[in-house]
Amino acid sequence: DTKGLFEFVEEEYPDLSKHNNHMAKVLTKELYGKLRDKQTSSGYTLDDVIQTGIDNPGHPFIMTVGCVAGDEESYEVFKDLLDPVISDRHGGYKPTDKHKTDLNFENLKGGDDLDPNYVLSSRVRTGRSIKGYTLPPHNSRGERRAIEKLSIEALTSLEGEFKGKYYPLKSMTDAEQEQLINDHFLFDKPVSPLLTCAGMARDWPDGRGIWHNDDKTFLVWVNEEDHLRVISMQKGGNMREVFRRFCVGLQKIEEIFKKHNHGFMWNEHLGYILTCPSNLGTGLRGGVHVKLPKLSTHAKFEEILTRLRLQKRGTGGVDTASVGGVFDISNADRLGSSEVEQVQLVVDGVKLMVEMEKKLEKGEAIDSMIPAQK
Amino acid sequence: LLKHVRNISRHRTFLNMIHSFSRILSSKRNIGILSLMGGSVAAGFLLQREHASAGSPLRRRYPASSEYPDLRQHNNCMASNLTPAIYAKLCDKTTPNGYTLDQAIQTGVDNPGHPFIKTVGMVAGDEESYEVFADLLDPIIKERHNGYDPCVMKHPTDLDSSKIHSGQFDDRYVLSSRVRTGRSIRGLSLPPACTRAERREVERVVVDALAGLKGDLTGRYYSLTQMTEKEQQQLIDDHFLFDKPVSPLLTCAGMARDWPDARGIWHNNEKTFLIWINEEDHTRVISMEKGGNMKRVFDRFCRGLKEVERLIQERGWEFMWNERLGYILTCPSNLGTGLRAGVHVKLPLLSKDPRFSKILDNLRLQKRGTGGVDTAAVGGVFDISNLDRLGQSEVQLVQTVVDGVNYLIECEKRLERGQDIKVPPPIKQFK
Repeated sequence: DTKGLFEFVEEEYPDLSKHNNHMAKVLTKELYGKLRDKQTSSGYTLDDVIQTGIDNPGHPFIMTVGCVAGDEESYEVFKDLLDPVISDRHGGYKPTDKHKTDLNFENLKGGDDLDPNYVLSSRVRTGRSIKGYTLPPHNSRGERRAIEKLSIEALTSLEGEFKGKYYPLKSMTDAEQEQLINDHFLFDKPVSPLLTCAGMARDWPDGRGIWHNDDKTFLVWVNEEDHLRVISMQKGGNMREVFRRFCVGLQKIEEIFKKHNHGFMWNEHLGYILTCPSNLGTGLRGGVHVKLPKLSTHAKFEEILTRLRLQKRGTGGVDTASVGGVFDISNADRLGSSEVEQVQLVVDGVKLMVEMEKKLEKGEAIDSMIPAQK
Repeated sequence: LLKHVRNISRHRTFLNMIHSFSRILSSKRNIGILSLMGGSVAAGFLLQREHASAGSPLRRRYPASSEYPDLRQHNNCMASNLTPAIYAKLCDKTTPNGYTLDQAIQTGVDNPGHPFIKTVGMVAGDEESYEVFADLLDPIIKERHNGYDPCVMKHPTDLDSSKIHSGQFDDRYVLSSRVRTGRSIRGLSLPPACTRAERREVERVVVDALAGLKGDLTGRYYSLTQMTEKEQQQLIDDHFLFDKPVSPLLTCAGMARDWPDARGIWHNNEKTFLIWINEEDHTRVISMEKGGNMKRVFDRFCRGLKEVERLIQERGWEFMWNERLGYILTCPSNLGTGLRAGVHVKLPLLSKDPRFSKILDNLRLQKRGTGGVDTAAVGGVFDISNLDRLGQSEVQLVQTVVDGVNYLIECEKRLERGQDIKVPPPIKQFK
């Protein structure tokens, strides 16, 4: 009986019958057969791409992506899988669509007048991958250390409002660790199986660290889920200032990496290339912690958010519950619109929702304020 | 050739040849050549998956010194033995299946260890790992197996249970008796490295063979993916069901991939002979029953194992074994016999005696709580089993447990009568 030796697709194709994630919806047996013998030039395979989605069947309500990229080339070599996944995840984005990048903070209108009685804090984050290195699911210790070394060089050369310090995870002192925890800066070894099954926690904490400026308003995570996660934040509602610092800081960092011949991974179709397909495009999540106790219990709250192209989370992050009526409100889109456009939606949308909250406090109706779909 | 493809020696030679050939071709990234060969037998083999990964010679761009893991906070056998020189020597090697050193040591890098419990810190991805990475595995084996030197010593295998004497314990003290081991199917990669196809093949081969068991060994298979809720509950109640591994020692080695695909449990109708498929090893084989009849448990164990071996051999397969390391399993700690023979025994008085640990040491036994490794004892009931796995045969190890447990029970009885006990002289390790 030679059947077992030759019908490889049948034998290797994963059982996705109980799965509910974007990868499982797209990956037919035929598609698996077509892609299974391909690899990127760094040796990343289809099985590597999809392992996290096989090991995490998903949730009936939350649709995870179920696949990751191991390097920049993954998005090319495995296009036949990743393009439909990207389309499903990013509202119908087509393989021929072009993504606009706009990090010119002056193009943002307003954003400096969100009411601090309601808006407790403002934050913008994104990720960046460094060209010439493979991504966290795939990189070796040598590569990860090289990424760290280059990042330290780039970050420690920053000056002025960006002058700061790097804290490597494996050698920070107890006092430093305590401080970083109190500042809510310290990131932990990933425990989510979405990340661990993709191999992103290997060799922890080797090559990982946190850099932040002296003012504690600009923070970079090195070698967590992406090469770099860049975060600008401050208390209160001045999103404009947060976004300015974000754009200026990012551009300064990018210049330095470019000088070392390791610019950021980017192309005009997918924008900034990151590990998870959900973070392509801008990779940007701009958001606020805002008090909306009345609005959040209004029947139309979810619909308002959808129309404003915003999403809510609890203040502990994705998948946590809100506490005391305080919500984390941020942009829902990543790909197909620019940084300025996405932050504009947050600024305008939050402004509107705070006005709605105030109306509800006075016992007035808000129906006339409910916006059309943006 | 197709008709005889199950003949092991030709099959293995053919596979090895094809593996080398396909590796040469794919290293030139000449997929075009492969597609020219169409649907021939050779093409089928050539298209078999390559396990390229971080560290494979295809893409190493950093010197070994840049890749060498930081093991300064680590306390496991791998960390104790992996010098930069050994790392440099082995880091560009792969087994014929493409398994690398970085993969083998990943679990030890990710799990620095415990100050008191020294874990092994490394696994094998296939049978060849033990040869290709011998420069690291041999010293680890020697350390873990109390001085067994795989370079010069031979491991004895003996499954003749008739040689056991005094193997029936006092049922007032021994609540249950159990013998377990593991077996791997030669020619298929081990759980850290296997593809879904290989894992499914292990399941098919073993389940097929088990269907041939008769008499008191007649039983059935419960696939983890297809069992009903009712079957699942019964297996839980019988304490047979194994869960998806959560220990990072196992998950970091990749053993939980694709769960629960191709995993399952087989047991005989009498519930005294149980086989786990594709958990931490290809198979884990367990013989057990309530009470103290270790002799009968071991009889069934040996009989069942030999019968399963005969059935897979009929179909052209065999177990991984060699005279240097005995039975080949995923974790180096389970080499040799892979055997843990043990009892749940009531020793409330003896366990409070300060000489308890020393007595166990000298008898070459270890204690665990009844929940398994790393649990505490409840109500003075302990899990007592053999310490050693490699360098002594199954018969020798089970006799050691029999002699040792009989001695412990004697001690307990003496303490009950208010008599004193003696610490026995240490028994010889390698016989």
